[in-house]
Amino acid sequence: MDSSQFFGISSIAYILAMVTYIAYLVFRNSTVGLVATTITAVGFVSQTLAFFMRGKEFYDLAQLGSILRAIPLTNLYESLVFFVWCIILGYLLIEWKYKNRSFGAFITPIAGMVLAFIDISGMDKNIHPLIPALQSNWLLAHVTMSFLAYAAFAISFATAIMFLAVSSEDEKKWPYITWTVTLGVFVAVLIAMGIDFLVFKVGAHSTESLVKSHLFKASFRNSSLPVVLFSYLSLAGFVFGVWKYGKVLKKIIGSFDISQDMLDDLVYKTIAVGFPVFTLGGLIFGAIWADQAWGKYWSWDPKETWSLITWFVYAFFLHARFLKGWRGDKIAAVSVLGFVSTIFTYLGVNLLLSGLHSYGGGG
Amino acid sequence: MESIEKEKKSVDKIWSFFASIKLAVVVFTLISLTSIVGTIVEQDAEPEKNIKLLAKFFGDSAPSAFRFLDALGFTNMFHSWWFVTFLFIFAANLIICSLERLPGILKLVKNPIKPLAASGFSSMQIKREVVIKGKTDKVLPLVESAVKKAGYVPAVSNEAEGIQLCAENGRYSRLGVYVTHFSILLIFAGAIIGVFGGFNASLNLLEGTESSVAYLRTGKEIPLGFSIACEDFDVLYYDNSDTPKSFRSRLLIFENGKPVKIDGKEVTEIEVNTPLKYKGITFYQSSYGFSPNKDSEFRLGIMSRDGKKDDVRLKFGGTFTIPGTQVVGKVLDFSPAIGVDKSGKLYTYAEQMHNPAVLIEFSENGKPKYTQWLLKRFPNTWNVADGVIEFKDLWGAQYTGLQVRKDPGVWVVYLGCLVMALGLYAAFFMSHSKIWILIREEKNNTKVFVAATANKNRVSLEGKIDRLIKTVSDKQ
Repeated sequence: MDSSQFFGISSIAYILAMVTYIAYLVFRNSTVGLVATTITAVGFVSQTLAFFMRGKEFYDLAQLGSILRAIPLTNLYESLVFFVWCIILGYLLIEWKYKNRSFGAFITPIAGMVLAFIDISGMDKNIHPLIPALQSNWLLAHVTMSFLAYAAFAISFATAIMFLAVSSEDEKKWPYITWTVTLGVFVAVLIAMGIDFLVFKVGAHSTESLVKSHLFKASFRNSSLPVVLFSYLSLAGFVFGVWKYGKVLKKIIGSFDISQDMLDDLVYKTIAVGFPVFTLGGLIFGAIWADQAWGKYWSWDPKETWSLITWFVYAFFLHARFLKGWRGDKIAAVSVLGFVSTIFTYLGVNLLLSGLHSYGGGG
Repeated sequence: MESIEKEKKSVDKIWSFFASIKLAVVVFTLISLTSIVGTIVEQDAEPEKNIKLLAKFFGDSAPSAFRFLDALGFTNMFHSWWFVTFLFIFAANLIICSLERLPGILKLVKNPIKPLAASGFSSMQIKREVVIKGKTDKVLPLVESAVKKAGYVPAVSNEAEGIQLCAENGRYSRLGVYVTHFSILLIFAGAIIGVFGGFNASLNLLEGTESSVAYLRTGKEIPLGFSIACEDFDVLYYDNSDTPKSFRSRLLIFENGKPVKIDGKEVTEIEVNTPLKYKGITFYQSSYGFSPNKDSEFRLGIMSRDGKKDDVRLKFGGTFTIPGTQVVGKVLDFSPAIGVDKSGKLYTYAEQMHNPAVLIEFSENGKPKYTQWLLKRFPNTWNVADGVIEFKDLWGAQYTGLQVRKDPGVWVVYLGCLVMALGLYAAFFMSHSKIWILIREEKNNTKVFVAATANKNRVSLEGKIDRLIKTVSDKQ
């Protein structure tokens, strides 16, 4: 068996786990909960194996003679898969620490959506040898730590949305609007990508051509104006729908045994882990590597600049919490903003802006 | 007198302006929002690029939009006076905010833990009570050793209510936040030293040439104080693909016309992640290019059918003889990147030397025999009817693009990074925990009161306290 089969097993496991966790929430049967955890763990172990096997395949192909450099984390596909691994790791830790399975129904869908995005966008899954700039021992520390931090921020975001959903009452006030609109836009963007896939069928060969010729071409960027108008109207309609019927979701979440205090605590704790890891691995190690490869530790390229913006948002989060004592709705909103910035740092820069990190989107 | 008062007042005003968190938020926001513009508008690029980009948003008025952004400095905004001013305000804000809070924290850090009044025990976050069999003189050593086992060094004192032990850990971790703030200032200082005491230049060196200067972006020459030569530049590819595996330059340093040995070698090979350092100046492999000229030479290794060997160097149009034969080869044509199109025709698919090939015409006694393309990357094309002609290189046609940097502040930046790592570790992963234990004899038994508090990670301290009590009760 090769790595792709183990990746396949883990993808199926996470999607099954998602269904089982939801069943657990509906039936409140502890056996179902145990099954859900087992499936997730099996998927996690399988993905870990796959990661090491892909590393071995990569090592054989790259012939660089260094295990430290044979890290299968060099293109968008590999980084997304690793992101899923980090999220599942984070979730399993939370489940174990808080002895609460209710989060599973919210975290596993994120993993499922990312895996679906990989297949929908039809991105290149082949192993490619490393270009010279990536042949550095800093690759391991810089990339893995950045993704651990991104995953921590993603979990913080998910808990922040749940917090807002549980705490907000008035649908005309900003906390309610924030979570419904954010969730609506997130899901709508994924649906638009799904439509792209259904319309064009073929997967693009590289991320660059994916963005240029396919991304949102069936909807927001279509050549015919009516289609574009219809797409934006549908987006608005969809977001309005989520806003209108958000109370239903709120009721479902509210009926689980997750307290607001626990959510608020998790929103903070995940950032308290993610922020130092991001600072050290993402910014500092990135700067040292850039210094050794290009002779500039900081050159204001879009990836660096967006990392700094993200860092500012989370630094603001920490100061608001400790100096001003922000809790609840306000702090959850900052976490949501931080994750939007994180996504842009990770995906937006690679897909939409150019710069030294452009290899991250190639492949 | 009045004017001094006034002056003091205005100093106070400036101080409180810089000490406000509101200013921090405003500066954070300004830096972030302007930076977003800076990542969309391509920095330091040709105007056409940005006008093309702006046309997507502004249509026909893109040129005026560009002029507007250009006048405001957005086309090179990270070096504009106003952006640098934001950064300095940020630094001033950081210094003054830290100075405002530091005395209070220092007081807290300087004063070690003191015994707690009995009434204080009930108001702590973590509190426990347990009765241990035996008198105080038997229980005290038990408690003392349990506290030590938990990783604390207790101070024992006789208080009105009984014997009290108190201990604390991680007092200095409270400084973590300030250490982190200080590290940002260190990194700033390092960057400033780099800007004023160093330079960032580039240098394109053709194979076989040398230079004693590098060039700034503005075109200004920077003397190096020595000269650097490129002996050879080479790109290695992954098998049968155009994916580069490594870019390599072989460099030599000359002082007063004499080659200098670095690590015992005259020639230093550099790659993308392994630069060359000499006298505070670092040379990084950053790019390369193809620039054929009349001095470029073809380097061939020739072997006849009966094994006679010869190495030759030829200019375009030059000739050679296969040793021991009358067969003469002549360089007819060259392609930096030869490819075959769908109809089987040869063509050049790139302007870089991705797949260099040389066309040789062979003739015997003046009569043309045959012609053959020799591909540098494909040894199976080197076999010709009268021997093996190895196409080693077209030398002197490629230049290596070097990034040349001198930055005396980089060590301050690295130091700042290290300090930041330590500061963050203290701020996020260490906590200041305090434990007080009161021991009181009651009817041949001993009552033990435990109180504890921590500024972070209370749950783990609670676990520690419970284990501590268990250790004592197990030994009674």
